[in-house]
Amino acid sequence: MTTLQIARFLSILVLVISPAAMAPAQEQDGCDVPSYFVSGDAQLKHVEEAVKKTKRLTIAVLGTGSSALTGSEGAAKAYPARLQAALERRLPAVTVNVVSLAKMRQTAADMAKALDKVLIDEKPDLVLWQTGTVDAMRGIDPDEFRSSIDDGVEKLQAGQADVVLINMQYSPRTESMIQLGTYLDGMRVVARDRDVPLFDRLGLMRYWNDNGAFDLYAAAKDNALASKVHDCLGRALASLIIESAHLEKFESKAAQ
Amino acid sequence: MSVTETTAPAASAPVIVPPAVTAPAAERDLRLDLFRGLALWLIFLDHIPSNIVSWVTIRNYGFSDATEIFIFISGYTAAFVYGRAMKERGFIVSGARILKRAWQIYVAHIFLFMIYLAEIAYVARGFNNPLYAEEAGILDFLQQPDVTIVEALLLKFKPSNMDVLPLYIVLLLLFPPILWLLQRKATLALLASAALYAAAWEFGWNLPAFPNGHWYFNPFAWQLLFVFGAWCALGGADRLSALLKSKVTIAVAALYLLFAFCITLTWHFPRLEHLLVPKWLSDEIYPIDKTNLDVLRFAHFLALAAVTVHFIPRDWPFLSSKYLKPAIICGQHSLEIFCFGVFLAFAAHFAKVQISGGVAMQIAVSLLGILAMIGAAWLISWYKTIEGRKPGARPKTPDADLAGGEA
Repeated sequence: MTTLQIARFLSILVLVISPAAMAPAQEQDGCDVPSYFVSGDAQLKHVEEAVKKTKRLTIAVLGTGSSALTGSEGAAKAYPARLQAALERRLPAVTVNVVSLAKMRQTAADMAKALDKVLIDEKPDLVLWQTGTVDAMRGIDPDEFRSSIDDGVEKLQAGQADVVLINMQYSPRTESMIQLGTYLDGMRVVARDRDVPLFDRLGLMRYWNDNGAFDLYAAAKDNALASKVHDCLGRALASLIIESAHLEKFESKAAQ
Repeated sequence: MSVTETTAPAASAPVIVPPAVTAPAAERDLRLDLFRGLALWLIFLDHIPSNIVSWVTIRNYGFSDATEIFIFISGYTAAFVYGRAMKERGFIVSGARILKRAWQIYVAHIFLFMIYLAEIAYVARGFNNPLYAEEAGILDFLQQPDVTIVEALLLKFKPSNMDVLPLYIVLLLLFPPILWLLQRKATLALLASAALYAAAWEFGWNLPAFPNGHWYFNPFAWQLLFVFGAWCALGGADRLSALLKSKVTIAVAALYLLFAFCITLTWHFPRLEHLLVPKWLSDEIYPIDKTNLDVLRFAHFLALAAVTVHFIPRDWPFLSSKYLKPAIICGQHSLEIFCFGVFLAFAAHFAKVQISGGVAMQIAVSLLGILAMIGAAWLISWYKTIEGRKPGARPKTPDADLAGGEA
């Protein structure tokens, strides 16, 4: 669980020692996202090029249960749709299309098998790859997990798509039951080796829980809470994409 | 599971010591108890998920963590206790005692598993948050107790935080022949252990786990630390003493600790990574594999041990201070306190889920947990005292815990 603790330690320390670093990237409706969650050194070159040249941006979201919400409005309220809405708001001149390919209970290896088809069917400029939870729950060998993502990212990059890895959710009720540590580390290693951004969903959700924005300990069925969390995740992802692809110049002033 | 070994005869058993720590220096090295006690506290803190207090634990400042300390000292004390038994009573008797200890640990593990099931089953009730439909799947194993419980009894299904005792069981099962060899050809035994470690890396040996994958602590890799501890106990430490006194060794160890500290700093502050860790270096060191006791972790433990032994000599006066006694008595009853710590970590998580997960609660459960561990250790010492003094009691038993502990 090393990284879980570290993420927390980090957020506290940063809070204490550098208030400037905490300047929220956006602060609408309580979605406070410290800038270190949405900025990094990895670049999204294909996205930048696509937006510059064609004013179009196609994003495929590859994920599992935590990339979707159930119910009749689930698809519209889950973060892929919220990301599309946020990007359309902030980049009015760009045609954004976010395709969600989330399927329950898929391991990284399962998803890696489908990548060729994703590249052909969707021709994405960017693939958001959310994974880790299912592998951790099933106790998939961490080395296999890491090499599945590593090979997958390589394949996507060879297929002219940028990649953003999205790690697990912060789930305080089950965190003593699912050992995420080695899987988190594995994703971090791949992100660094392949020079792709890692969206630290776990750290961000923990940050929201700790600063009281959302009570993620809640056990009861609460669709409103789930929708709000996904909306905030979608917006944070939009910030990450705009920042990593240097799309600030396309941003509408009104939406900022 | 608490457990003087009542069937084993006394031979030259150490005198039963009251809770006050007064064993003769020649008999026992209080540093072992102290650091094992501290390791137990750190393991407890690390086992509480999302715990602000756990930033004090050593894993945040270097590659190795409290597990290494615990396993090393356990190997050391096991060799100390059973080595003497093997010299005096032979291979069969001491081997039988070691296996009995393994059985006790197995029973303790299954007991903890029951508590874990109870906690999980309770927490699972009414867990219906739509955000976590996927994560709630972890509770599915409650639906098929026929499979889950059998796999747990086979030590293949091990919920998180319950990986150390199964490792320990396997280490003890392998220990009689290793101890036999250590007493005859110590260096050969250590080389054999290193060869097994290397083979486990080369051929990917590990034990299977349920539902997938392998043991979190690979016994074929982690045995190196246990055997190294045993080797140190049986004269290896003396052989190393010249090396440990050398200023060069300490300087190298200190430099390595500093290096590890800088690397871990980049885990806390990812922005530092490009400053401190060039690409070739990160290609070289990552991933740092805990399952297979990465050589960087092992080296970090060795460096930590070398520096510690250098600055804290065996006759360090502060060792008999009353301020260190709480840690020392915890270290003297390590199996019981370890198990209790695992239970307390479950309880702490339960309290966080049911009451509040805030920072105040994290600090409260951490402090209360450590106090409870100290109280339990004190109580166990007291029990041993009254049992030892009871008139007409059976002959005093060689108490492995007090002789440096077995667990």
